[in-house]
Amino acid sequence: MQLDKKLIGHTFKPFTTTVEAGKIRLFCKAIGEDNPIYVSEEAAKKAGYRAIPAPPTFLTAITNDDPDKGGLLRLLNVDIGLILHGEQHYEYLAPVHVGDRITCQQKVVDIYDKKGGALWFVVSETELKDQSGKPVAKAKGITVVRNPDAAKK
Amino acid sequence: MSTAPKFDDIKVGDALPPLKLPPISRHQLALYCGGSGDHNPIHVDIDFAKKFGFKDVFAHGMLSMAFLGRLVTSWVPQTHLRRLGTRFTSITWVGDVITVTGKVTGKREEGGQKLVDLEVKCTNQNGQDTLQGEATVALN
Repeated sequence: MQLDKKLIGHTFKPFTTTVEAGKIRLFCKAIGEDNPIYVSEEAAKKAGYRAIPAPPTFLTAITNDDPDKGGLLRLLNVDIGLILHGEQHYEYLAPVHVGDRITCQQKVVDIYDKKGGALWFVVSETELKDQSGKPVAKAKGITVVRNPDAAKK
Repeated sequence: MSTAPKFDDIKVGDALPPLKLPPISRHQLALYCGGSGDHNPIHVDIDFAKKFGFKDVFAHGMLSMAFLGRLVTSWVPQTHLRRLGTRFTSITWVGDVITVTGKVTGKREEGGQKLVDLEVKCTNQNGQDTLQGEATVALN
């Protein structure tokens, strides 16, 4: 298995998703977050937010809401069982709240291998903008692909 | 708005109040699969995980990164958060007991903001780091 470095620079089709209160509630239940600002609009407003805020790593739920889900793996032609998450970095530029419509666009910025091709690393960046076009966050992720051929050598 | 510590009161080396979490359960991974939209079966379907050479299902890296987020936002309101990043350094298995810790590594002023840099990490019951991350918060 070898990944095609010509895919560096590939830009995915942008998509837009609405930040929903119910999704934040489920996300918070899953991560054990019990601060009432994430479930109660009243508590959020009392704490100074204009609506229920999205918790910091809820951005992953936003970027995962791509109707063309799995686009990166299809582009790379990699099986989902072979990937691991190497790194994730978020830069927060403006708050994201329930009701916001967030547009995400992902781009492949680097592809390289280590350990003689046993592991491949795919670096991608995603820009998130709100309904007014204002950037709200930048995401950078590294997907690690385990080379199934390496174990056979 | 809940109160954040003051920039001038923070010292390099200060520790954040740690988070001690209950053991990672299969139920939690199922909830996170739905809640995060990461539907990779490797985290919830043991047959699938075994097919790809793993002994069992394991936690989404991003679930643990959410714990880093909880650590920071239980210390300062999230409106102060400017940056959160991590490396996923080892796998978190079902049953692992994760402790989340953080400490102040630097203070600086940049672009009119008073910034505090943090080292944040998740560590399992064997003392092995599963996430090694960093965060930056802006304080007054």
